[in-house]
Order: sequence, then structure tokens, then C-alpha cells
Amino acid sequence: MALKSRHLLGLDGVSGEDIQLILDTAVSFKEVLERPIKKVPPLQGKTIVNLFFESSTRTRISFELAERRLSADVVNFAASGSSVSKGETLKDTARNIEAMKIDMVVIRHASAGAPHFLSKVVASNVINAGDGAHEHPTQALLDMYTLREKHKTLEGLRVCIVGDILHSRVARSNIFGLKTMGAQVSVCGPATMIPREISRLGVPVYHRLEDVIPKVDALNVLRIQLERQEKGLFPSLREYHRYFGVTKERVDRADRPITILHPGPINRDVEISADLADGEHSVILQQVTNGVAIRMAVLYLLGSSN
Amino acid sequence: MKKTKLIDSDGFRRTVNRLAHEVVESNKGGENIVVVGIRTRGDILARRIAGKIEEIEGHPVKVGTLDITLYRDDLRGKLDQPELHSTEILFDIAGKFIVLVDDVLFTGRTVRAALNALMDIGRPARIELLVLVDRGHRELPIKADFAGKNVPTSIKQEVKVLMEEVDGEDGVFLIDND
Amino acid sequence: MKVHLKNGRLVDPASGKDETLDFLIVDGRFEKIGHSVPSDSSAQMVELKNKIVVPGFIDMHVHLREPGFEHKETIESGCASAARGGFTAVCCMPNTNPCIDDESVVRYIHEKAKSVCKGIVDVYPIAAATKGREGKELSPMAELAHAGAVGFTDDGAPISSPEVMRRALEYSSMYGLVVIQHAEESSMTHGGCMNEGFISTRLGLPGIPHVAEELMIARDIILLRYVPNARYHVAHISTHGSLDHIRRAKAERLNVTCEVTPHHFTLTDDAVAGFDTNTKMNPPLRTKEDVLALKEGLKDGSIDAIVTDHAPHTIDEKEVEYTEAPFGIVGLETAVGLAITELVEQGYLSLYQLVERFSTAPRRICSLPPIRIEEGEPANLTFIDPLTEWTVNTQSFKSKSKNSPFNGRKLKGKSIGIFNNGQMLLSQKFE
Repeated sequence: MALKSRHLLGLDGVSGEDIQLILDTAVSFKEVLERPIKKVPPLQGKTIVNLFFESSTRTRISFELAERRLSADVVNFAASGSSVSKGETLKDTARNIEAMKIDMVVIRHASAGAPHFLSKVVASNVINAGDGAHEHPTQALLDMYTLREKHKTLEGLRVCIVGDILHSRVARSNIFGLKTMGAQVSVCGPATMIPREISRLGVPVYHRLEDVIPKVDALNVLRIQLERQEKGLFPSLREYHRYFGVTKERVDRADRPITILHPGPINRDVEISADLADGEHSVILQQVTNGVAIRMAVLYLLGSSN
Repeated sequence: MKKTKLIDSDGFRRTVNRLAHEVVESNKGGENIVVVGIRTRGDILARRIAGKIEEIEGHPVKVGTLDITLYRDDLRGKLDQPELHSTEILFDIAGKFIVLVDDVLFTGRTVRAALNALMDIGRPARIELLVLVDRGHRELPIKADFAGKNVPTSIKQEVKVLMEEVDGEDGVFLIDND
Repeated sequence: MKVHLKNGRLVDPASGKDETLDFLIVDGRFEKIGHSVPSDSSAQMVELKNKIVVPGFIDMHVHLREPGFEHKETIESGCASAARGGFTAVCCMPNTNPCIDDESVVRYIHEKAKSVCKGIVDVYPIAAATKGREGKELSPMAELAHAGAVGFTDDGAPISSPEVMRRALEYSSMYGLVVIQHAEESSMTHGGCMNEGFISTRLGLPGIPHVAEELMIARDIILLRYVPNARYHVAHISTHGSLDHIRRAKAERLNVTCEVTPHHFTLTDDAVAGFDTNTKMNPPLRTKEDVLALKEGLKDGSIDAIVTDHAPHTIDEKEVEYTEAPFGIVGLETAVGLAITELVEQGYLSLYQLVERFSTAPRRICSLPPIRIEEGEPANLTFIDPLTEWTVNTQSFKSKSKNSPFNGRKLKGKSIGIFNNGQMLLSQKFE
């Protein structure tokens, strides 16, 4: 059993068997995380660099924990204060890092396709920790893991992704992964934040939460970025909350409990109400725990085979 | 290919009985004993041994399953990655007398991996090793505390343990691959 | 110098000729054109059996990068690339540094072009329409025209202000020169790096909507109706919507012309999927529907000219993140092969039409005299082997830059040589 690719650049085009393997492997790592000593040795002697060209404390900590718990040696590289700010190109940075005999690279970058570019210029395994508005495969995998844990299967599960779909790598990876695993995925958000022709991905589009809430088992609520307001994509946070905020009141109108996911960090009472985020059907903290297990699974599957 | 039967199903049953008795004997009753089997035949054997000990002693014995994949020393460079399963030890092993169970003792590398894995889970008072067959060719300084049968083999031969739960019958075979 | 071209198939829309002929050229002029011209032992013989002889091709949209960006391309390397690609003339775009908004730059380019590649390639500068290409004040169009500029454009950027565009059309009309618009409504394209549509949605790359191009063309056509004696040319159209606007304007008999690049009639935005920055150009690669429409537009004459938008960039400039990479690809050495493979072989263009799109029409748009293939006239010719099959190898390009998405692509047909200004250049294999 091994993944078909040496890299995890995205979920677009990744087979159902590979996704299944990652999710199943993560089950074993979740067990490791419940032990008193949460560390196992399979990546002993491997060096992993976390190449973060965009700040993200959460994702970096999650990857770093996963790496350390697999006994890898970890180097963190953040773009600020590095040679990148002095004008070094990504290619030079990558080659320099590789000259230091790095086995795996975890990259977060503001530009879509940066991990693909990296995978062509270095020999290490590359894991995409988020590239622009393109993909964030480990986030989608942990979302899928959490949904599978809660609902037993992804087949036929009805999931709606709510918010700024246009700029969301989480949305794209979730759509690709969930569709592959047989889930029914829809999106809901302001028309200015729905990318063109997204329905060609087999994803129905909604502009009113009231229309979609009765038809789903889970809502994956995306973080809304204030910068989008300045670009004229929505008029105000108040209006956004009023019409696209996922609130307990809205969700309670459904005839069944709806699982609530959020990739974090949460803007409380903007895209999601605080009572719902902390409520009994929220799996937001499970997502965080499962994130470490999923990343361990990905690192293990890519890093321990050659 | 030549297949020689080393232990038949009756012999299998007797061997398990004897091993369970030896464990109880050496642990003077075995109040503090837990049994941990190594996937994927050691765990089945562990359940049988534990069942026997319960029969003998009249109190329940905890059984766990250990997956040593993450601790293997041949993980790297393997073309086909071994499938990872979970370790299922749903009790605290600190201060326990662990009987570590595997079907065949060969190079000792699996046992080494299992010892490391157990140490990461907790700090047992003692670990003893129980195997159904010891076929020699040790590459590490490891010996079995309880062995069902010592079988001299050549390195090319294969020892195959069948168990009713997964194979439909009990038995141990020596296979000559030529 | 005497050259005797034997058994070449002349395809010349100007004279309507399509026949196999011999040509005796003495000191750069046709001495004799006819069937079996007697051989002259002092003449260099060139056997052109199964080859085509056409009036010299011109690429009216080339970025030669000199002055200012000589690390990407120079007038010399650009002319060598043009000659190899089968072009006896190029028009160079004004986005140099300094930009071509002063007659001294026009003269510099002319002088330089005469001194490189034995002057075999004519270089016709297209000057900036506004000072510094800033879109604010008109460039000194009269001076520039007088110095030899053959048109005006701010290419690389649109002439955004409708007021400035109106004045540019009015002022240039006094000299009969064309205003070339890089049609893009910039407020809609900021940060965009590929066509906005299904593929940009999948890849999460910022999109450039096709309407941004069409809006600008529609606006300009309205202005042109208001200034009808001006001449307006749309650079590198890429969408079927743009073509519709141009078709309607042509039906109205407005002075509008347009051009298309080989990459826009060959590739779609599917090519971006691997994040190869050699698929990043402006306008971006569009959809299959657009490609088909552009081919139809070439066929029915709605599209006048084929140009390359040859835009050299170094490997270091292109080997970066997709969003950071500069727009553009080199095109001079693949254009004829792509046109024959995609258009002639697929039945969209006859050889006559191919010559019109690559020579007759662009020369007319740039107010250049037509090429006459007649005794006594100067010889300006491109030689084509329409049957040879070859594989693009960017490393063999004469251009300084290798940024082409066509590396490794198999093509049918290519130029095997040119004759111009008394000089002949034949591809090595052919010699």
C-alpha cells in the first residue's frame, strides 16, 4: 500500500483509493495521539522543512507537531526575515534548502501553483500546506476525516461550504476530495464570491442559507477576510453576518442536527455565531485534533517510502 | 515446494495449554499479568493464551494488540509500504507484567520493535516473551521466555503458522522453497 | 550578387499567381522571372522544387526589448530570430526603456537594424501613443511619423482614457497612421494572470475576464464612429466576443482591423493546468470556443493579420511563481509552422490567405508599400517548405530567450529562408 504520487500538491485528480488510504492511516495515528507518549519513530533521521511564505501559526504548529511526533527533525522557515524579503527567488530558496539535504518540504505560499513549481525544482517530497486560492489538501483531508468520524461514511453525505468560495483553497480541496469520495457538495455565498463556472465541478450554488440548510448534513463555514470588503466584494461585515452568517437560529430550523465545521481561525459572530461554534454539533476542535493525525498520516505515507 | 507439518491441530491446542500453564507458574498466579500480541497472528495467539489463563486462574486477563509497523527498522526503502493498523491496548500498562506474544521468533527484529513500541506506551514492571515456534537465526540478543517448540531451520526455509480464526485450521508447517 | 531561384512555386495574392517559376535576382532586384530562365554560371543556384516562394512576411507585433532590456532580446538577436522564422520585416513595440516616444529612439532603432544581420530584416518602429506610455498626454506623433514610426500604441498597456483615445485617433489621422489598441479594461483585470473561467476556478488563479477585452473594443468602436477618418487596429484579439464587435464594425465600413497570435488560435486555458509560466500571456489563453471562433475569423477575413506578440523573457524571470511571472512568450520562430499546422493543414486558410495574413494585410495596416514580385522590383521573399515535419526545440532558437509553451511540439511546415535588401539567408538544413 502506497500513495501514487511522491508529493501531495492537491486533491484535484487524487484517487479515491489514495484518499481512503490517508484517512485509514490517520485512524492509527489518532490512536498514537491518545497515548501518554505521543511519539513514534518512523521518520527518524528524516529532515523536514516547513517553508512558510505566508504566516499561519495554526497550520504550521499542526504540521510541526505531526513531524515531531513521527520523530523527524524539523526546520522552520518563515519568509519574513529570510532571504526572500531580500529578493531571493523561490527557486533559489528551494535549491539552497535542498543543498542542506532536506528530505521533505511543507510549503505554504500566497501564490497558486507554488508547490507544483517547487516539486519540479527540488528532489524532496513536497506537501502543499496551502497555495493561494488553489488548494489546501491536508485541511480538506482533516475535514473529511472529521466528517467520516461523525457520520461513518462520506458516501452520499450532503455538505455545503459557506462563504468566500472565490478566494478559498479550503473550499476547492474540499470540493475535489468530497466529490471523489461520493459526497454531495454545494456552495453558498454572495454572488461576488462564487467563482465562475463552479457548477461545472458538479457543485450547486446557493445564495441564501435558508435554501440550503434544509438540504444538508454538514456546513463547512469559511473565514471571511475583511480585505474583501475593500475590494468591493461585499458591503460590510454587518451585512455579511446578517445574510450569510451561520447562526444557531438558522441551523435550528432544520429538522435534524447539522454538523458544523470551520477551518479556523474563527471570527466569532461574523461568519458563525459563537453559540453555534461552541455548540454540541460543532466539530471545530475535533478538526484541530484530527489535523495532527491526518498530517502524520500524509507525512508517514510520503516520507517512509522511497 | 515441500511442506512438512511440524504441529497438527491437537498438538497446537496442547502447546497453547502448556504455554499458558508455564506463564501462570512463573508468575505465581498472575494477578498482574496482561497479554499483548503482535499483529497479525501474535494477537490471535495472545487471545487464546489469555483465555487459557482465565480458565486456569478464574479471573479475567486483559489482552491488547500491538501494531509495530511504525517501529520497523526496514520501513525505509520498502517498495510496498506495509499497511498501518492501530495498536489497541485499552488499559494502562504501567506496573504490569506483560506477556508479549508472537507466533514465530526468527531474527528478533520484530520483538525489538515491539519492545520499543511498548516502552512508548507506558512503563511496565516486566516484559516476558512468549512464542509458538522458535526457529533460530537470531540477529539481536533476544530470547523467548516461553517457547512452544524449538525448530532448527535453514535460512531459506519458511515457518508458517495457521490459525483457525483466520486460516480455518490450526497448524504449523515448515516450507522448503527451492 | 546574382541568385538563381529554380522551380519555386510562387504564391502571390497581389498578382494572383500560383505557378512554378524561376527567378534571377541581380543585386537585389528581379532581373528575370519566368519558366526555365536560362542558367547563368555566375549566379548562385537555389533549387526550390516543392518549395513555396511568397512575398516577404512581416510580423507587425514584436517586442525587440532594445533599448533597455537587452538581457531579454536585442535588435540583433530579435532580427536573427525573425529571419530564422521567415520574416523579412518586423514592427517593434514601444515598451522599451526609454520608450519609443521620441524621434531619437526611432532613429536609433533604424540605425541599429541596418547594422545587424546584414540588414536583411527591416525594422519598423511603432511609437508610443502617449508620452511615456502613461496614457495621459499625446506623444509627438508628427515628429515620430516623420522619423519613420509606422503606427502608435501603448501596447503592454491600454489607452484607457476615452478622451485620450479620441485625441490619439484624431491626431494620428492627420498622418494616415494606425492607432493600435491593447484592448483591456484594466479596472477588471488587476492581478489577473489567466482567463477567468472554469480552469481559473479549478486552479484558484486570479482571472482576466474576456469582457475586459471586449468592453475596450466596444468603446473604441464607438469612438471610431465619432472619428471615422482615423484608423484603428486591435492588437492580439483573443475572444469570440471581440471578433463579433470587429465583424459588426467592419460591416459598418469603419476603419478597423485586427490581428491574432498563433498561441491564441492554437492553445486553450487548459494548458495552464500544470502552472507552466510559459502559458502566461496577456491577453491570456482562452477557451476552445474562442480558438474555434478565431480560426473562423481568420478564414472569413474578419481577422486581418497574424502576429506573434514575440515577448522574450529570461529563464530566471519566467521560472518563478505563476502569479509573479511576466506575461508573454517568444513567437517568431514557431509562427509559420503553427499557422501551417493549425490553419492551412486544417483547411482554414488557403496558401493565398496565409500570405495575405502574414504579408499583404499587415503591410497595408502599417502603411508600408506592397511587395511586387515583378521584373525590376526589389526582391523581398520568404521561402517555405510546407511539407517538412519538425519538432520545436527552444534551445535552438536564435532569440535570446526560450520562453515558449511549444517546446517539443510537432509541427508541419516552416520557413526555410528569406531574401531581402540584396541578402539571402537559407536555413542550414536546406543548404
